Amino acid sequence: MTRKQKRLSVIAGGLAFLGAATGLTFYALGQKASYFYMPADLTTASLQPGQRIRLGGLVEKGTIERGQGATVAFSVTDNQKQVKVTYTGILPDLFREEQGVITEGTFRPDGVFVADSVLAKHDENYMPKEVADGLKAKGVWQESKSE
Amino acid sequence: MVETGHFALVLAFALALVQTLVPLFGARMNNQKMMAVGGPVAVTGFALTALSFAALAIAYATSDFSVANVWDNSHSLQPLIYKITGTWGNHEGSMLLWVLILTFFGALVAAFGSNLPATLRANVLAVQGAIGATFFLFILATSNPFARLNPAPIEGRDLNPILQDLGLAIHPPLLYLGYVGFSICFSFSVAALIEGRIDASWARWVRPWTLVAWMFLTGGIAMGSYWAYYELGWGGFWFWDPVENASFMPWLAGTALLHSAIVMEKRSALKIWTLLLAILTFSLSLLGTFLVRSGVLTSVHAFATDPTRGVFILCILTLFIGGSLALFAFRASRLTAGGLFHPISREGALVLNNLFLTTATATVLIGTLYPLAVEAVSADKISVGAPFFNLTFGPLMVPLLVVVPFGPLLAWKRGDIFAVAQRLMAAFAAALLAVLVTALFIDGASVFAALGVGLAFWLICGALTDIAVKSGFGTVATGTMFRRFAGLPRSVFGTALAHLGLGLTTLGIVGTLCFGTEKILSMHAGETVQLSGHTLRFEGLYPAQGPNYSEDRGRFALLDADGSTTAIITSSKRSYPVRQMTTTESGIKTIGFSQLYLSLGDEGTDGSVVVRLWWKPLVTLIWGGSLVMMAGAAMSLMDRRLRVGAPSRRRKSTGAVPSASLP
Repeated sequence: MTRKQKRLSVIAGGLAFLGAATGLTFYALGQKASYFYMPADLTTASLQPGQRIRLGGLVEKGTIERGQGATVAFSVTDNQKQVKVTYTGILPDLFREEQGVITEGTFRPDGVFVADSVLAKHDENYMPKEVADGLKAKGVWQESKSE
Repeated sequence: MVETGHFALVLAFALALVQTLVPLFGARMNNQKMMAVGGPVAVTGFALTALSFAALAIAYATSDFSVANVWDNSHSLQPLIYKITGTWGNHEGSMLLWVLILTFFGALVAAFGSNLPATLRANVLAVQGAIGATFFLFILATSNPFARLNPAPIEGRDLNPILQDLGLAIHPPLLYLGYVGFSICFSFSVAALIEGRIDASWARWVRPWTLVAWMFLTGGIAMGSYWAYYELGWGGFWFWDPVENASFMPWLAGTALLHSAIVMEKRSALKIWTLLLAILTFSLSLLGTFLVRSGVLTSVHAFATDPTRGVFILCILTLFIGGSLALFAFRASRLTAGGLFHPISREGALVLNNLFLTTATATVLIGTLYPLAVEAVSADKISVGAPFFNLTFGPLMVPLLVVVPFGPLLAWKRGDIFAVAQRLMAAFAAALLAVLVTALFIDGASVFAALGVGLAFWLICGALTDIAVKSGFGTVATGTMFRRFAGLPRSVFGTALAHLGLGLTTLGIVGTLCFGTEKILSMHAGETVQLSGHTLRFEGLYPAQGPNYSEDRGRFALLDADGSTTAIITSSKRSYPVRQMTTTESGIKTIGFSQLYLSLGDEGTDGSVVVRLWWKPLVTLIWGGSLVMMAGAAMSLMDRRLRVGAPSRRRKSTGAVPSASLP
């Protein structure tokens, strides 16, 4: 190979590498990014079976049931619709009734949301930003909620 | 005292403006006196910022609740250490720490830069001053930590309980020393662009600063990771949280910079690329500051949600990143490219390293910013988490780790890959043995686990091979070998240590992810549980009282084979009355390099408690490896070549190396 051919092959190799990395990145974004929904959005959203989503809202008052072992069930509401969620594990310290949470997981065929992670914000408002924005968009946000 | 602090800060802002303008014009007009202003001004600016920071720290230490910031983030019952660390456990104070470290580095350049060419030194200090001025203005205009309250409240609102930990004393200062340390590399690059010249001695000045910043950033990230691991009670060491990514991106780019600066110094190749990397690395640090401080992200670190602050930092970001890249676009063509090399050579290996690291940085950047971009253009809110990064970052890192042992053994300019492969035979055999032992005796189920262990051993043995080969192991007499070993440059040991640390961290990650076990169950007092060969007995919950919290302590006894207690592990639920917050303190028992980790959940109605237990094999190596990497950087810094910068410059000025590249 001449020097020019060598240089070209090095450049071509580098570009092929970058191309592959770009392709992989965008494939992964399409596959692995999870969308955020509030309960009322779910009626209009078209979810694939088994698609991972993040479900956010307020923990509905009086719905927290502790089953046997470490499984907990509760309802997430946006004051329009509710979704029943089950979660096995330790709830975050900031998890409590009528406070904002974000749960991540998939829907079971019977419509129960099986979460594998539950997040509550580390802040005195106990309100994840996504949930606050969502509640504001739905017109059910009350400033007093954040106290 | 508080007003003195505020006044010192205003003075420091004014001095930063002087530090920007006077040396810059001095360098332009070749006026020695104007250029010489930079040094003393930088040192004074640092002293004033330190005074200002001390004023705030004293207000915190003495619980002066007439200062709004202290009232908001402190409490008189807090232990003194948390009162003091609370100084930077909030938005305003942490920005003050940021500029304190920025001016500290500026002062270091002023103090140790006497062997720099006068114009370069003046320009570096000017750029450093400009960064400082914008951040001083930011603090004074939007985030004044010295605002008073009248009347003064009697009691404060307490520091966020999550931050009441020794981690707050170590993690932010280390992280900022790293983040902000890269500002020096940035300033050197912009100064080189302003002057339109760059030579190999430039790399010799930039490399130690890169090493210092990289060393602290490594420590800061590792410390943050360990803190999150034990404090959050989730048992994870890395969450691919946007804020973690914000510190990880400058680390990846900084690692690339560290390697390309070697090529530039040794072979005066990759000049333009190194310069661009230095700009990008600090740009990513600024981006990190923006992501963390603007409140666009939901995270533990997002103290501020005031939109004006976000916009202000975004303006700073645009000014410096846009400005430096524009300058680069106009001036880079003036810099001439350096030496040629064969693809298979030390340079080639380092280019490959850079290709992988910058691509990895780009994937992390895309994954971090994509949700923000999607939210900006549509109503969709998405999150990009661990599954994305595992799919993209993992495949990029594995091939890089495979080639790491080859790099230091290849010759400059043109290397012999077969000779190097031959030297690495022993390391390869060790790695293969590790794969077989793992697959046959520990866990045959997962091929990836065995290969991961093999990769870690490949890195560790590769690093040892590097030292062995360079001291002539097996080829020269033992006495000569020891003499050669002792005579090896410190930077060779630094490289080997850093790569060894990388191997240890890899081993820790593979061990924890592939061989870790966990259990979630609800336990009554007196019950026992088995996990990976360890028996734990739950002794019960005991109430206890701390200085500013009350807690329920769960006691667990670790039992040996005959049922006698060998250790007590406690995990507790703490409740902080002032903020009405509860936190979980995890219980950790270190056994060898592994850890038994347990965290307490909610109490059931029947008196049982939910307990989550993990067995985390080799987990401490993740952070131990980072410490070894830091030791490698420190060792490299002690290299004679970096300590004695001046003689080589004198040699250059005699014209021995025609490295200056004016058009």
